[in-house]
Amino acid sequence: MPPVIEVEGLVKRFGAFTSVDDLTLSVSKGEVFGLLGSNGAGKTTTIRMLCGLLTPTSGSARVLGMDVARNPEGIKRRIGYMTQRFSLYDDLTVRQNLRFFGGVYGLRGHALGERTDWAVVTAGLEGKEDLLTRSLPGGWKQRLALACAVLHDPKVVFLDEPTGGVDPISRRRFWTLIDAMAGEGITLIVTTHYLDEAERCDRIALMHAGRLVALGTVAELKEVFAGRVLLEVACPRALEAQAQLEGQAWVLESAVFGTRLHVVVADAEEGRRRIEEALSGSGNVPAEVERIVPSLEDVFIHCIEAEEAARAARGVAS
Amino acid sequence: MSLRKVWAIAGKELRQASRDPLSLAMLLGVPTMMLVMYGYAINFDVRHVRLAVRDLDKSAASRDLVASFVNSTYFDQVADLAANADLERLTERRVARAILAIPEGYARDLEAGRVAKVQLILDGADANTATTVLGYASALIGAANARMFLASPAAERVNRSPIDYQPRVWYNPELRSTQFLVPGLVGFILMLTAVVSTALSVVREKERGTLEQLRVTSLRPSELIAGKVLPYLGISLTATAIILVAARLLFGVSVRGPYLDLFVATLIYLIGALGFGLLVSSFADTQAMAFQVAMVTSMLPAIFLSGFIFPIRSMPLAVQVLTYAVPARYFNVILRGVILKGAGLASYGRDVAFLVLYATAVMGVAYARLTRKEV
Repeated sequence: MPPVIEVEGLVKRFGAFTSVDDLTLSVSKGEVFGLLGSNGAGKTTTIRMLCGLLTPTSGSARVLGMDVARNPEGIKRRIGYMTQRFSLYDDLTVRQNLRFFGGVYGLRGHALGERTDWAVVTAGLEGKEDLLTRSLPGGWKQRLALACAVLHDPKVVFLDEPTGGVDPISRRRFWTLIDAMAGEGITLIVTTHYLDEAERCDRIALMHAGRLVALGTVAELKEVFAGRVLLEVACPRALEAQAQLEGQAWVLESAVFGTRLHVVVADAEEGRRRIEEALSGSGNVPAEVERIVPSLEDVFIHCIEAEEAARAARGVAS
Repeated sequence: MSLRKVWAIAGKELRQASRDPLSLAMLLGVPTMMLVMYGYAINFDVRHVRLAVRDLDKSAASRDLVASFVNSTYFDQVADLAANADLERLTERRVARAILAIPEGYARDLEAGRVAKVQLILDGADANTATTVLGYASALIGAANARMFLASPAAERVNRSPIDYQPRVWYNPELRSTQFLVPGLVGFILMLTAVVSTALSVVREKERGTLEQLRVTSLRPSELIAGKVLPYLGISLTATAIILVAARLLFGVSVRGPYLDLFVATLIYLIGALGFGLLVSSFADTQAMAFQVAMVTSMLPAIFLSGFIFPIRSMPLAVQVLTYAVPARYFNVILRGVILKGAGLASYGRDVAFLVLYATAVMGVAYARLTRKEV
């Protein structure tokens, strides 16, 4: 079966600024695909190109077999898109919003009524049909926005930071909805800042400054630490400790996480001994040095630092 | 174009409008309010001018002349001055705007067939009013002359006034300025409300992000534009009807020409105005900006460059050329024709053609700008 989304060498420039730089990936049917990265990493630009809203500068992208540059209208008819802000009409009721978007998607009569009812049940808004959207809590608006985006039964759904500003319980409920849709064979592409959400994706692409820096399942991404060990150091002055440890040949990587320091070394026992040795000399004695399982955040910091280093090297070379 | 989708948009606009009764009342009520305000405020008619009289002749003839001023209702006599009265103080303190001075010997001169002298002193600080008052006074004196001339023996008439001058003013015989202003007001008010309401309705969707959501649906731009324009066209036409009823009740301005022609002209004019609103929305990103741009670009030309208040023929040539791009200019001509003269559209082919041209051009550019793809 061919992938639902195929992106190859995709580039988008705005003037001199390159928002998306040589992106290649593919997504298969029924996958929940996470697109991660900081603000300005190029996630939204990528999604807008895949939705047919923006024309790529170069490279190609196909959604459901249709080229985004050649057939954006065909793509728009078959996909669902939920924008960063829940784009609903605040001054219409829940049902009016659903019927409006249904009408815009060309649903009519019986089908429109059926899909509207389905959406109300799916979004868990039974009994709230005649409430003004303005009066709904954030989590409900978010589910209504998703319901509006999938009224026309699209096979691919793009969600651009769908859970911004929503409470954790609503986020959880929203993800249950996403998993249910994936179970029905719908392909979902989700952008997010939240790493706990990223862990719920089947596969993740990490973008940094327009470039793809990591791609794979959560387990695959954690493989970058294979053969190496991550130690968490709790010492009084983490920043000072990092400055002290960095540059030592046996410290492969280090990063500060709040009051703690993460240090990557080749061997757990030897690493622990050397850290204690180095830090006790400066009176910054670690209370604890513990071997931990790398989190996605560790992976991302590793990937982004590697990318930055590569970029700097390219800059020197050119 | 799918009518169903157009209707989905139009129905949503109307639902939103009904949810916001204040805005709807503004759209329908403000035009009438403006009509009332401007109709009473922009009134070039001058009546009840305060007149001081210095009648030193105190004869039956001089009293007749004063009476003809007062009876005209254009003048109210506020003072009767003695010979030594300080005339300047009167005008400085605005006790009187005009002073009629009749010297001693006025009746005697008339009796003797000599030219009798009468002086009118006017406060010229407000030039417009002064000009109007001067016109009234000249007409009153002219009428008095004519009466005396007819009363005099036939033998003496020869050589005195060979031309029998009888001016007539058509369509607005009393030269009431409301008659002339109401059609202009309709054009100005419709332009303002139509441009502002459409511009805001599109920019609001830009601000809320719903426009982006609509762009990912299979909705065609033409469907979106038609769905946006239709409800506001209906609201603006309703506002027009309200204005016309109000104009009739308040100012006695009734439509003398065919209503169908009035409707067609208004429809073409409104399509141009709504298109201009769409054009504004394609430039503005916030409602505040859209409101300001829409106000300035629709209101100023409709007041100053449309012939609404200031006659186009007396403008400098460069400005006259500019007025060709102002649709209100053509609409005013047509409305004055249909409302005051009872004419049909057939007499205004050129103006209708210009309105159609404007509507087509503006809609075309707005369409192109709203459908252009981001790059």
